[in-house]
Amino acid sequence: MLNYAIRRVLAMIPTLFAISIIVFAIIRLPPGDYLTTAIAELEAQGEGADPQKIAFLRQAYGLDQPAWRQYLDWAGGLLHGDLGYSFAYNLPVGAIIGDRLGLTVLVSAATILFTWAVAFPIGVYTATHRHRIGDYLFNLLGLIGLAVPNFLAALILLYAANAWFGLSIGGLMDDRFVGQDWSLAKLGSVMAHLCVPVIVIGMAGTAGLARRLRANLLDELDKPAVAAARAKGLSPLTVLIKYPLRAALNPFIADLGMLLPQIVSGSAIISVVLSLPTTGPLLLDALRSQDTQLAGSLLMFLAFLTVIGTLLSDLALAVLDPRIRLTGGADR
Amino acid sequence: MSDEPDALPHFVSTEPWLPSEPTAPVRTRSRIPGWWARLRRHRLAVLSGAILLALYLSTLVCEVLAPYAPDSRHSDFIHAPPQAVHLLHAGRVVSPFVYDTDESLEMSTLQRIYTEDRTRPEPLRFFCHGDRYRFWSLIDGDFHLICPAPGGTLFLLGTDRLGRDLLSRLIYGARVSLTIGLLGVALSFTLGIAIGGFAGYYGGWFDFLIQRAIEIIRSFPELPLWLALSAALPVSWSPLLVYFGITMILGLLDWTGHARAVRSKFLALREEDFVRAAMLIGASPARIMVRHMLPNFASHLIASAALAVPGMILGETALSFLGLGLRAPIVSWGVLLNEALNINAVVLYPWLLLPAVPVIVTVLAFNFLGDGLRDAADPNA
Repeated sequence: MLNYAIRRVLAMIPTLFAISIIVFAIIRLPPGDYLTTAIAELEAQGEGADPQKIAFLRQAYGLDQPAWRQYLDWAGGLLHGDLGYSFAYNLPVGAIIGDRLGLTVLVSAATILFTWAVAFPIGVYTATHRHRIGDYLFNLLGLIGLAVPNFLAALILLYAANAWFGLSIGGLMDDRFVGQDWSLAKLGSVMAHLCVPVIVIGMAGTAGLARRLRANLLDELDKPAVAAARAKGLSPLTVLIKYPLRAALNPFIADLGMLLPQIVSGSAIISVVLSLPTTGPLLLDALRSQDTQLAGSLLMFLAFLTVIGTLLSDLALAVLDPRIRLTGGADR
Repeated sequence: MSDEPDALPHFVSTEPWLPSEPTAPVRTRSRIPGWWARLRRHRLAVLSGAILLALYLSTLVCEVLAPYAPDSRHSDFIHAPPQAVHLLHAGRVVSPFVYDTDESLEMSTLQRIYTEDRTRPEPLRFFCHGDRYRFWSLIDGDFHLICPAPGGTLFLLGTDRLGRDLLSRLIYGARVSLTIGLLGVALSFTLGIAIGGFAGYYGGWFDFLIQRAIEIIRSFPELPLWLALSAALPVSWSPLLVYFGITMILGLLDWTGHARAVRSKFLALREEDFVRAAMLIGASPARIMVRHMLPNFASHLIASAALAVPGMILGETALSFLGLGLRAPIVSWGVLLNEALNINAVVLYPWLLLPAVPVIVTVLAFNFLGDGLRDAADPNA
């Protein structure tokens, strides 16, 4: 097991390396950089920018260096926990994103928990009550959940809450807690505000997972072991739990690698719609204003989040499923 | 294959082949009928297919269908609410009409108030002459299926902040939103089949490289990557270039799923006897792949293509909605929804949310159709 874990962690390094190169290439794609844009703007307003300050900034942030040198500085800084400098905010990136990283992780983790908690009973119910009315009902609900775009659902919910109940469901906490230290009351407020985004972001993932669990469970229920257990006179619940359910649970862990990018994507756009203080709206602004280092660090963080999530799911899967740790890799 | 020694050169007889009796042309049994019959049992899939067909046909003639040109502004009718079509006036059934709307300004809130004038019906005109347009940017015309009464208005879905008819813009937006999905899928599919096919057929280091590349691309959250790439599109590009740019971005990142599916199928099929036979006859790899291997799971491919289109349409909608995809003067459903990003505007003018309806209908229809196609392709699944 340790062997497998070490190999799996080592395999992550080239992946992250490749991802960092891609991120760096993408954020440098637009012509010019933030400084040239800012200077042009200042000059258009008739205020010449202080050439000394520009030269200093150029040098300090290596904008006069060749691309590979800039990449090395940037990637090296990331390794040291230095996320770079945001030109638009005139602050180190770390100071801007502070809380937002934590809240992004919180939203993602809460969505995964929600997905599991809801998909599990639905999957088991629909598999054991095949071709009953409940099965069809959940099937239809699932199809709709899979197909309705989450940001449109968020928009409609936002409108409905506002128009019918006079509620404002945006934000991640009550206004009076913004900028305050963490307290129990603030935590409670955050939890209350989490419901809507978590449901909206998790909608598609939940529907997909419930479908997968149903299909897997149906396969397992046909196996001789189940017939034997039933023939021995075990109660239906014991029959279900003893073997088929355990075998059918794999996708809950294995699909995490697929689920996470989806959730991170979803939370980025939902955060913009519901104005959540996570990394999504910040990334959008940074991309719009060509705030390269901020955008790069945020993209890198989001990719890192999914890579780590996939790593955790692979490790958990190896703990659960001996076939994987013995043959040395998931062959999905 | 390659481990067999080349003992003898391949022998091919040059003698003309004279069969003793003339052979009847071989009748290949098409797979289509059974497949079609199975698809037709899926009522929902057939219905979805019909809806999609109608939507796509409408994009061909949107100039005629739309009552107004997409950019014609009505400065007296800014944020006007949808007008209802009536049939009854003064207790009598008359031809379809709308009531005239009067505008007044509420001075305390500076909000425009629109009231129906119940005494002045404005009968609709059909097959009529209205706003001028260039059909497909080629032919000048002014023929419309439906027009407002002379001097009257016809805003069935209300107007936006510049007084443009929302219904007309929705109809025009379909042209962009629906085709971007098809083009994007065509691109990602071609890439996926080519890359996945070569990886699966040849294996080895190429396969290894492709596998790693796919893993890396898939570990990226899709939307932030799309956002970053479309933020990189130069602002100076013309609308058409931006349209193709967005299509490329959507298509270039989406091939990985198709490549994986094709690769695993090819890996399995490569070991089949008929593929070995084709190799022995001396068919080229390209012919083996296209003629012998692909038809084996073509129906699956069609089904997964249908399931991939909504992702593309949603991608465009999401990007434009966030303001980083298509931009005005292009009209697409996402561009229209961009106005709904401001929730305060939506609360006052809820019809701005209406562009969400065709998006959801299209996405649902593609999903149902794709499900039906998949079941029809593989009755045992």
